[in-house]
Amino acid sequence: MTKAVGLLVALFALWLALSGYFKPFLLSLGVLSCLFTVYLASRMKLLDDEAVPLQLRLSLPLYWSWLGGEIFKSAVAVSKVILSRDMQLNQQLIAVPSPLKTDMGHVIFANSITLTPGTVTVEAVPGKFLVHALTEEASAAEGFQEIARRVAAVETR
Amino acid sequence: MMDQALLDLALDIASAITFTVGGAFVLIGAFGLVRLPDVWSRIHAAGVIDTVGAELILLGMMFQTGLTQTTLKLALIGLFLFVTGPTATHAVANASFVAGLRPVRLRRNETADVLGEQPRKEMQP
Repeated sequence: MTKAVGLLVALFALWLALSGYFKPFLLSLGVLSCLFTVYLASRMKLLDDEAVPLQLRLSLPLYWSWLGGEIFKSAVAVSKVILSRDMQLNQQLIAVPSPLKTDMGHVIFANSITLTPGTVTVEAVPGKFLVHALTEEASAAEGFQEIARRVAAVETR
Repeated sequence: MMDQALLDLALDIASAITFTVGGAFVLIGAFGLVRLPDVWSRIHAAGVIDTVGAELILLGMMFQTGLTQTTLKLALIGLFLFVTGPTATHAVANASFVAGLRPVRLRRNETADVLGEQPRKEMQP
């Protein structure tokens, strides 16, 4: 039930943001279409932790802004490699353990690794990722542990 | 009135800086796509474009539109790029891995630690 209400609120906020209409008739059509969508989603049994991730902490935007800073730093590092005269490539396929508890945590961790330029998650098995790193610095284990620690702080309430 | 003019000037300068830096990252990424030796390293050059390049240009546009509905839509585009970008990158990387491509001059390979022994034969580009 909480999931249904959460999805309804999120859908209607999206509807308002994209339409920008505030006339009563159009608003009620918006509410009706959101209600119909939630009904369909519940009939399809989609109202779980994956589709409506209400279990994530509200500090998620803070994590995103921290990640944004990290992305910028590693983008500068990758740019240096690209622009250097003899590109110092040190390609590696490394195993990264994922200590997170939930599926959503694993997804956020793997996507964060991929978002950071210089590292890409290639394959996932339970508890472990195969990560391709462009340089030696990008493959430092401390960097991954730092991301995992921060994801663990937002994955469950 | 003076304050409004100053604020507009500050916003113009902020968006000029973000556009320039974002454009520079897109250019560097495009340069990397040409220079780097194989598909694995080129993925990282594309990553520079679709994370920092795209997001900075969107941020510059948000400075220009101010507190309007357009800004909200730009923020939503940025959020969706933030989620779909790595998904697409992972799809390309995983497809080339499954197809048997391996990076050139690989220094460290811990594939066996993750997947066990590899029955597929390796294909060198």
